[in-house]
Amino acid sequence: MKVHEYQAKEILGRFGVAVPRGKVAFTPTEAREVASELGGKVVVKAQIHAGGRGKGTFTDGFQGGVKLAQSVDEATDYAKKMLGNTLVTHQTGPEGKEVQKVYITEISDIAKEYYLGIVLDRAAKKNVIMSSTEGGVEIEKVAAETPEKILKTWVDPLMGIQPYQARRIAFGLGFTGTAFKEAVKLVMGLYQAHEATDASLTEINPLVLTPDGHVVALDAKMNFDDSALGKYPDLVEMRDLTEEDPLEVEASKFDLNYIRLDGNIGCMVNGAGLAMATMDVIKLEGGEPANFLDVGGSATTERVKNAFRILLSDKNVKAVLINIFGGIVRCDVIAEGVIAAAKEIGISLPVVVRLQGTNVDRGRQLLKESGLEFSVANNLQEAAQQAVSALG
Amino acid sequence: MSILVNSDTKVLVQGITGKEGSFHATQCLEYGTKIVAGVTPGKGGQKWEDKIPVFDTVADAVEKQGADAALIFVPPAFAADAICEAVDAGVAVIVCISEGIPARDEARVAAFMKGKPSRLIGPNCPGIITPDQCKMGIMPGYIHKPGRVGVISRSGTLTYEAVWQLTESGLGETTCIGIGGDPVPGTSHVEALRLFNADPETEGVVLIGEIGGTSEEEAADYIKAEMKKPVVAFIAGQTAPPGRRMGHAGAIIAGGKGTAAEKMAALTEAGATVVKSPVEIGDAMIRALG
Repeated sequence: MKVHEYQAKEILGRFGVAVPRGKVAFTPTEAREVASELGGKVVVKAQIHAGGRGKGTFTDGFQGGVKLAQSVDEATDYAKKMLGNTLVTHQTGPEGKEVQKVYITEISDIAKEYYLGIVLDRAAKKNVIMSSTEGGVEIEKVAAETPEKILKTWVDPLMGIQPYQARRIAFGLGFTGTAFKEAVKLVMGLYQAHEATDASLTEINPLVLTPDGHVVALDAKMNFDDSALGKYPDLVEMRDLTEEDPLEVEASKFDLNYIRLDGNIGCMVNGAGLAMATMDVIKLEGGEPANFLDVGGSATTERVKNAFRILLSDKNVKAVLINIFGGIVRCDVIAEGVIAAAKEIGISLPVVVRLQGTNVDRGRQLLKESGLEFSVANNLQEAAQQAVSALG
Repeated sequence: MSILVNSDTKVLVQGITGKEGSFHATQCLEYGTKIVAGVTPGKGGQKWEDKIPVFDTVADAVEKQGADAALIFVPPAFAADAICEAVDAGVAVIVCISEGIPARDEARVAAFMKGKPSRLIGPNCPGIITPDQCKMGIMPGYIHKPGRVGVISRSGTLTYEAVWQLTESGLGETTCIGIGGDPVPGTSHVEALRLFNADPETEGVVLIGEIGGTSEEEAADYIKAEMKKPVVAFIAGQTAPPGRRMGHAGAIIAGGKGTAAEKMAALTEAGATVVKSPVEIGDAMIRALG
């Protein structure tokens, strides 16, 4: 799960990470109030999950989702221009994202920019803190071009971060004096926040040194492990459904793993690996998958019905491919589920079904005798070919 | 021969009285797996299905019944605890089926297990099976047939797909091991390859990977340096978009890393036969074994 910058900073602030004073605003009036509380000279930042906001463009031509305002009026004006407007960045895709809130913070002057990030190093099976003097640019770019400028510090999962590690990072970034002490405190707080929320990514880019020698998190990003969210009801409250694809939100209500893609062949598969492989085979046969959809091991009538409904709500879908490997659940039971769901929903598109596994002959027989227009394929490749040719 | 489990393996099932655990324990018993004990805290002294003794702790089950393998079906929030209990009791092979364990818990378990003799398979996996000897997991038993090929996979149904082809072609399998779809698996592709490499009956290995992480790249390094047997590989997710979690918690292309293309290139370079479609796995193995 992702959260907005203002939410990430609120969480980090609780763990002693220094962030500029600020508040979120949903209307220009609220923006005015916040800007005057902060003294007028403020930064107005569009709150969308996608990165690259500063360099983004709104669909009406207005430039930049991060603006420096010199007065309350100017801040209010920026908020007015951003709210309800659609911001396009290199991460949003060409359709952009509607801005529904702006974050207004005090201005921090910048002497130097740095990078700090925490992710799980899967090969090492522990978190790694990445720090770099190359702040303000994407860390992937730094890693590709000047990997020697990234200092990596691995943290033992059972010990947690140790002060010497935070000092190593602060020394590595070249901090001295008060800034050094502040940086150590910030790194400790950052890691503790990451651990205490089961975050999968915590990133400060840039971390800045101000001309008067203070260390502040100018931007912040946090993602959380979906598997751990049950432990944190307060984090779940921060979920912004408007940032997610409506069909994906709908699918998640039924415990279906659905991800919308750009193609026109809708897929319904049991198992995540097989679902990915099915997409791959469709592509190999010259088609484009419209989605990833894992109906899970059980593939009951109810689940298949919901899956059909969600898959068909995507208006780009022109044909459907169902690929089920019946294991513990028998193919005849799955076939009955598919038939019942198809009858109830009333499907007018070509549907190709490929069944394999337990009781497969009985399953195929049921599909053929159902009176519905299913194409029954013998293997995955044939199924993909049939789906592609069904597009006409 | 086979790896890790065989007809002598004595299995205890953690969470045997739950819905999932009970259903799959029945299936495993029917397959012929030697299930010697169940563990459900608070239900010690009972008999599951009137035949298998249930214990309060894993240590009791090990002491009283001589169990040397554990099959775990407890809910994800309690699964890390269940794994550690089995490790602490000295269980040699621990198979965790549970899906949805937080990555932080998995990393802590990995650190806890360091230097201890137990091996963890999974979590979030179909389990491990040595055909006609021992099924510790949720895979359909009858699709497997004793034979010549080892199977290693991060997926469930996609593995069945590959196994089905091996069985239909007459090659059969020595052992099939599902290492699971999570970011911190207990057993990696490399560790499973190493075991198959040392098993005299395994003639070739099918390796199924997917997007995310670097497990397949590490496998490629091992294959290049030490593998004495042919490897046929398939990587799922060639068409997966970056930054999206494709069902499995570990199946995500992050920061431009973990793409199928990188993994396929590394494995090809290492000398494995990389197939673009899962349909070709069986035929490729027949050709590889000559």
